[in-house]
Amino acid sequence: MKKQITNWGNYPVIEANEESFSFTEQLLELLSREEHFIARGNGRCYGDASLAGNTISTLKFDKILSFDKQNGIFECQSGITLDQILEVIVPAGWFLPITPGTKFITIGGAVASDVHGKNHHVDGSFSNHILEMDIVLASGETVNCSTVVHQDLFEATCGGMGLTGIIGKVKFRLKKIETSYIRQKQIKAENLAELIRLFDEYSHYTYSVAWIDCLKEGSQFGRSILMLGEHAELKDLDDRQRKEPLRLPSKKQINFPFNLPSWVLNAYTVKAFNFFFYAKNLKKEINNVVGYEPFFYPLDAILHWNRGYGKKGFVQYQFVLPLDASQGLVEILHRISKKGMGSFLAVLKVFGKQESIISFPKEGYTLALDFPVRGDLLAFLDELDQVVLQYGGRLYMSKDARMKPEVLKSGYPELDKFKEIIRKYNPDGKIHSNQSDRLFLTIN
Amino acid sequence: MPTALILGATSDIGVAIAKKFASEKFDVILAARKPESLKPLESDIQIRYGVNCSSRAFDALQYDTHMEFFNSLHPIPEISICVFGILDDEALAFDEWKLTERMINTNYTGAVSIINVIAKKYISLRRGTIIGISSVAGDRGRASKLIYASSKAAFTTYLSGLRNKCFKDQVHVMTVQPGFVYTKMTENQPLPKALTSTPAEVAGIIYNAYLKKKNLIYIKWFWRYIMFIIQSIPEFMFKKMKL
Repeated sequence: MKKQITNWGNYPVIEANEESFSFTEQLLELLSREEHFIARGNGRCYGDASLAGNTISTLKFDKILSFDKQNGIFECQSGITLDQILEVIVPAGWFLPITPGTKFITIGGAVASDVHGKNHHVDGSFSNHILEMDIVLASGETVNCSTVVHQDLFEATCGGMGLTGIIGKVKFRLKKIETSYIRQKQIKAENLAELIRLFDEYSHYTYSVAWIDCLKEGSQFGRSILMLGEHAELKDLDDRQRKEPLRLPSKKQINFPFNLPSWVLNAYTVKAFNFFFYAKNLKKEINNVVGYEPFFYPLDAILHWNRGYGKKGFVQYQFVLPLDASQGLVEILHRISKKGMGSFLAVLKVFGKQESIISFPKEGYTLALDFPVRGDLLAFLDELDQVVLQYGGRLYMSKDARMKPEVLKSGYPELDKFKEIIRKYNPDGKIHSNQSDRLFLTIN
Repeated sequence: MPTALILGATSDIGVAIAKKFASEKFDVILAARKPESLKPLESDIQIRYGVNCSSRAFDALQYDTHMEFFNSLHPIPEISICVFGILDDEALAFDEWKLTERMINTNYTGAVSIINVIAKKYISLRRGTIIGISSVAGDRGRASKLIYASSKAAFTTYLSGLRNKCFKDQVHVMTVQPGFVYTKMTENQPLPKALTSTPAEVAGIIYNAYLKKKNLIYIKWFWRYIMFIIQSIPEFMFKKMKL
């Protein structure tokens, strides 16, 4: 039975078959069929990376296989979501080594996107913390891989958008915490130059990210709030917090009940939002202790926040530019401001060094922007692509729904090696997604 | 801690029930034909809920092993939940006696065989709860679910009789009649969203009904009325309908 599926950006929407499996035998049965497929987790990538005519849902393949509480080593199947993992590990004094801005992704998705967090400049991306994993190839064969065995398969799976196979189990290292709280510092930056200086000054902080007002021009161009954090220690907590230092947050969520009409988001409303967001921090600097949820997952508190962009959906645009190319950042922000293409979420972060074949992060500045889908958006993004490439940058495939194959090829110098590994492990080419076809990863 | 036995723990509803009871601090014994495939679920339940969990081999069609299977369980589970059941392609089954026979023997004969063993034990102990997962399909026979519906009808009738038989010995029998549920069994059928439950919802409702010692529950509750209406259609009309 075909049904309509879409990922977090609500763009594009496609018709697809979706099959699921709870046990390995059921997966092997699905793989024994002739059809092409792509694995799909919780549908939280933004574009079409996990969309295809046939999808295999991993959501029921969600079992925890082992948890070594002494050494902080966790092993699970690919369909479990980060929020379920946090529920188990936080009370035991452990945290995810890397977490993106939502806890509603699966571990399989975290590997396939090789997700990064606010601590990339210190801890790298998710793949840095994986000890080993099992990949079930299209042939049904299970291959164990790590940085030591089947290293090529390991490298092509981390950030490889599910094109090497179905991720069976993942074993990874956790981060020790004394409390479930975060010692947070927020600093207002008047403009982009000050922000970049602050990033540098506070680079010793484990967690750092900045929200930028991308519609402000003039002397306040790039005004922003830098958010820094460290896992709080017992001594940082007040008496009430200290009673239960590893407390899990309550599960209260607000639901965004319907799609907002698309016209609601325009340059004026975004400007107003940005004004309040910047103004709400009255002081130049705020220091406080907060739970891990508001710090890492502020948007998870609102279920279906993507509906705010209306039925037509939105595209998230995330790129990285080398450290010496901050001028490129200025140029892109100017172009956005000139177009009035304001984005509620403009998030800037500094990546540390990373070597990989297909993972997105590399040393430099990464900026993520949301744009509601409208008539001239795609042409505008093609323009931005050229700026990104000109400055030696690249785009994040997990956010992508529209880039052209040349853009991917220019941004990822090891692309041919990646394609070769995919072909080596899946010679019959049964694994592909709408994205991989569009980007010529699986079609020549 | 009390122990719950889940017969048919590889089904989506079986998994959900096992997790629900474990989350309420029951120790859980998982039983299915291939217990090795239950190992991931076993570790998952132990780690998430901090209860004891073990896996056992159980084949509904091997009737002569049922007594030995149940007697080998330690401790004796306070509550036994019979979840297993199969729905084969009815058109194929109509042509192929082996398929028909397998459906009847799994859904009815096998269930009666193991539950008889459990009931005898519980009666001798004068305690225990038996929960049988039947189906609303059993409330009226129809063409598209010919064998499945009739095997579930027989199972529902058996559970009703057993409840009557066990009452004086303080053994409780609960019949569960789910309507549409999103499971592997129904993955490729278009189901009306408003009438369909998730396995987790089913498990939650069963647990609450167990606490309240309910006799017969529909999931969700409105299925009782839907089935009442369907049962009220006169046979001369019903036989002409495409169902």
